[in-house]
Amino acid sequence: MQPEPYPVIVSPIDRKSDAFRKNYDENGQTLERLNDALAKARAGGGERYTTRHLEAGKLLPRQRVELLLDRDSHFLELCALAGHEVDDHATGASNIGGIGLVSGVEVLITASEATVKGGAVNELGVRKAARLAEIAEQNRLPSISVIESAGADLPNQHKIFVPGGRGFRELTRRSEARMPTICVVCGSSTAGGAYIPGMSDYVIMVRNQAQVYLAGPPLVKMATGEETDHEELGGAEMHSKISGVSDYLAEDERHALRLAREIVAHLSWRKLGPEPLRDVEPPRYDPDELLGIASSDLKVPFDSRDVIARIVDGSRFSEFKALYGNTLICGWAHVHGYPVGILANNGILFSESANKGAQFIQLCNQTSTPLVFLQNITGFMVGKKYEQEGIIKHGAKMINAVSNSTVPAFTIMTGASFGAGNYAMCGRAYEPRFLFAWPNHRIAVMGGKQLAGVLEIIRREAAAKRGQEVDEQQLEMAKQMIELKIGQESDPLFATARLWDDGVIDPRHTREVLAIALSAAHSAAVEGSTRWGVFRH
Amino acid sequence: MRPIHSLLIANRGEIASRIQRTTRALGIVSVAVYSDADAGAPFVRSADRALRIGPAESRQSYLDIERLLDAARRSGADAVHPGFGFLAENADFAQAVLDAGLLWVGPPPSAIAAMGSKREAKRIAVAADVPVIAGGTALDQSTAALIEEARGVGLPVLIKASAGGGGKGMRIVKTEAELEAAIDGARREAKSAFGDDTLLVEKYVERPRHVEIQILGDRHGQLVHLFERECSIQRRHQKIVEEAPSPALSPELRGAMGAAAVRVGRAVGYENAGTVEFILAPDGDFYFLEVNTRLQVEHPVTESIVGLDLVKEQLRIAEGAPLAFRQEQLAIRGAAIEVRLYAEDADKDFLPTTGTIAAYREPSIPGVRVDSGIEAGFEVGIHYDPMLAKIIAHADSRVEAARLLHYALGELVVAGVTTNRELLRRILLHPAFLAGDTHTHFLDEHLAGPAAETAHAPEWAAIAATVADVESRRRQRRVLPALAPGFSNNRTSPERAEFALGSERVEVEYRPRAGGLEISAGGVASVVSNVTLSDDETTVSFEDASGVRRRAFVARREPMTYVQLDGRAFALESLPRFPSAVAEVEPGACVAPMPGKVVRVLAEPGAEVDAGQTLVILEAMKMEHSVKALTAGFVHRVLVLEGEQVQAEAVLAVVSVERPDG
Repeated sequence: MQPEPYPVIVSPIDRKSDAFRKNYDENGQTLERLNDALAKARAGGGERYTTRHLEAGKLLPRQRVELLLDRDSHFLELCALAGHEVDDHATGASNIGGIGLVSGVEVLITASEATVKGGAVNELGVRKAARLAEIAEQNRLPSISVIESAGADLPNQHKIFVPGGRGFRELTRRSEARMPTICVVCGSSTAGGAYIPGMSDYVIMVRNQAQVYLAGPPLVKMATGEETDHEELGGAEMHSKISGVSDYLAEDERHALRLAREIVAHLSWRKLGPEPLRDVEPPRYDPDELLGIASSDLKVPFDSRDVIARIVDGSRFSEFKALYGNTLICGWAHVHGYPVGILANNGILFSESANKGAQFIQLCNQTSTPLVFLQNITGFMVGKKYEQEGIIKHGAKMINAVSNSTVPAFTIMTGASFGAGNYAMCGRAYEPRFLFAWPNHRIAVMGGKQLAGVLEIIRREAAAKRGQEVDEQQLEMAKQMIELKIGQESDPLFATARLWDDGVIDPRHTREVLAIALSAAHSAAVEGSTRWGVFRH
Repeated sequence: MRPIHSLLIANRGEIASRIQRTTRALGIVSVAVYSDADAGAPFVRSADRALRIGPAESRQSYLDIERLLDAARRSGADAVHPGFGFLAENADFAQAVLDAGLLWVGPPPSAIAAMGSKREAKRIAVAADVPVIAGGTALDQSTAALIEEARGVGLPVLIKASAGGGGKGMRIVKTEAELEAAIDGARREAKSAFGDDTLLVEKYVERPRHVEIQILGDRHGQLVHLFERECSIQRRHQKIVEEAPSPALSPELRGAMGAAAVRVGRAVGYENAGTVEFILAPDGDFYFLEVNTRLQVEHPVTESIVGLDLVKEQLRIAEGAPLAFRQEQLAIRGAAIEVRLYAEDADKDFLPTTGTIAAYREPSIPGVRVDSGIEAGFEVGIHYDPMLAKIIAHADSRVEAARLLHYALGELVVAGVTTNRELLRRILLHPAFLAGDTHTHFLDEHLAGPAAETAHAPEWAAIAATVADVESRRRQRRVLPALAPGFSNNRTSPERAEFALGSERVEVEYRPRAGGLEISAGGVASVVSNVTLSDDETTVSFEDASGVRRRAFVARREPMTYVQLDGRAFALESLPRFPSAVAEVEPGACVAPMPGKVVRVLAEPGAEVDAGQTLVILEAMKMEHSVKALTAGFVHRVLVLEGEQVQAEAVLAVVSVERPDG
């Protein structure tokens, strides 16, 4: 018997309207900024170092990743802009990471960006690696790391050394949890770095390229006086034939990548989550229209049903409690055949909408249905009426439900992300499996204007208390400063550079990105919870 | 009248299938015989009964009279049809069939014997007042005597096997210096092909047409002709395009040639179907050549224009029925052209090709007939004749038939083995052909070189192969099959697919794009969308950037992808993403151009050789191929022995400029 199909969302869009065109143009401009930043990440260490790398007969890190992947495989790059315009960092934080198919299996791939300072590890690189490891662990993904790294970025070692140790622990913990780890050594992997192959389940080393040792020849000479060379100290052949640190000796990089693919083939990997539906209906509305729907000016609201209609299978959506708490839209849909429960903001959160959200999250957990949060939230409603009706306890119920939910959750920031709304809508701190942002989104405790306004009120009150005149010029300057600072810090590129999300995406790719994330999450078992914290009623 | 109930077809492939079509229509049980090489062939499956008669080697199967008669006995057949080739013109076989109490579907053994010797046939023709060509009279088979005869009739001469046909053991000699070598070669080929090395030397007519008359005689003394066929367009003395009627014959000439053919037939008491072959000189003079005492490969064109089933007529005659029509009742209706599709490489001197038919589909078009014996998965081997199929078009006029046949050839899907289709299509479009200006040197004169490359055809073929691959992989993908192939939120380089097409490389690059792929190959860049791939993954179609829907047939057999696009076949080899460092063929290595048997090893290790000197002679498909030194130097190694069977690309000998040690 066929299940009853969900109704199709009616979402006609006038592409010629002023609002659409304004959004489309302005979002197009922000997309350009995003694409410029991504191009910077792709460029690695720039032409000079790239050429030098290629002339050494080596594949570029991104070529390694692409060759490792199956033909036509997707690749969802994660945290691609970590370190973007952050001091001492290159865009991408000297590390490439993402999810793609290898021998038909979804794996987490990481690769040292060897053209940036020889692949040396920096502060945000450590944090990015930790986030990627977390993604592998939470979603039960085998992982492949392609290593060519000069080790720690020594001038900044104090920011790296202590947290950096965690990466090795995570490798063996994943191994314990039956998530195989494969390491391909294409170059140097020394000192602490030597423990990446050391802690991996499978190690492939490339002949005449891999160098793996705790200390290189100069340090050895200094420490013990022993004279030795790279090959006998830590070459691929030595490790494959004598030390046993390497399991496979590859003749060249392509061979090494082929071997890694072969290893994944023998893992006999089975996903633990349920299979999606086979027949996938594309949305009935053009995803390109998302650029004209998403407000470039966050003061202008937009109907999140129009967004849902351009993301989900067949634009079909089974809405829950449509007539109640309608600033939060809840309902069921499919994304590439995977069932999901969607929570989408359609205005600020009121008590009713928070209660509705909490109930919906519980329902989705009851049936082990993953959650998708479409965040566009300026916060919970404030004011006497709302405080008196207990908006805090109602909001708390939703946060309770979000916090204790065990189904995979996916958060897309489509606009504003301010205040406690960020929390209730499964912000970063609430550990969604993946969190992506649109380039038009803004994130902060509150908007810059609001903060400046609050500042003004406080200053004026303080001056009045002291019986002083307010220095209007100084106040105006302070307001502008704070507004500017908040503006910069709530910029999506600022946020993503600091790993507040897993990446800024083109809104038109939302469906694909969600699908890849959903599918990856189904590598692990999908099981909802029925256990919750105490709800205050 | 002795009705046939069960007919043993002492043949294989296309003609066996063709005969079965008639037996089925007449309600006669067909009995196929097959060698080990044909165990899975279509004609075996489609027969009502089938018996194995021996190994692949023809001598021990299709040429073994005892085994064939044994098969007839075991199957309870009451008649034998020899088809063409093999024992079709073997009087001993015909006699043995009759002696076994079976009906022989063919002329009496005496007629076969009389016509089997070309010298004897010529004598009979002269006696019947039919013009013949000078020469062919030498009884002495010594090389000296044959050279003497050649001098007598004057060069150029044609040397041919007395027992043979089909160009085997045939040589045109224009200078005296070539005579001896040509005689030796023809003799060897004749011996190997027919077991009889008797040769004829005849005057050679320049720019001749080959025109033949179909005759049909019953056992009651009635003998008619079914007009002519022209089979001038030949390669290696073997017909590839045949048509009826001939554009060169006036009604008067037709009448004269028909009457001459009937006179020859009467002179030998001919029964059943036969063909009297003539050379037609540009001035309208014609000369008797020989009589083929069997059904001809090209009989369908005659069937088309006279509206008869010649196999049916053969069977009725064998049963003893009188002809149901008289000469005056026969008329020509329209024009028919047949082409022979061969597994051969027209660009490489028509060298036979081998391999597995990766895909095969016959067009279904009114007015087009396809006689074939192959199907997808069929192995085209070295044991038998490399003809794969005959395609015949019948239309109101010759030009219309040519157009229809050209179209049908384009619709015929055949992949996996290089064929002469492209050449056939070029012939059918050629102005000289359409003007009826054909002769036996047509190909040399008009179509000697390879075809001019059409705009980016290989690139589009590679694009079609890639699009089919992408779609096929998408179907197999268990993870997110509906996701755009190669989707990434930050892709660095496009997906790549590399193919080898002969010695060329074609690199295809593509990226996903809304609703399709942005794709490029060589100088072609396009966006393909609305891709469809048939369930059996053999037909891919897509819209290109200009909105034109292109349709291609694809057949994938790792690592090959065979593509047929706009009537042309391309064999694309997918180059691996992870090439292994396997050693290339060493320099100076002389390799076998095709699978075959080593008949002579002329190279001796250590010997000094000139560039082009023959090192090894291979025999494949009954033809000899010389493997020559690529450079002058010394033979370093000889890797094969006489009698050894070798695969294509096998290294036979290695020659190096350096003098070997010791």
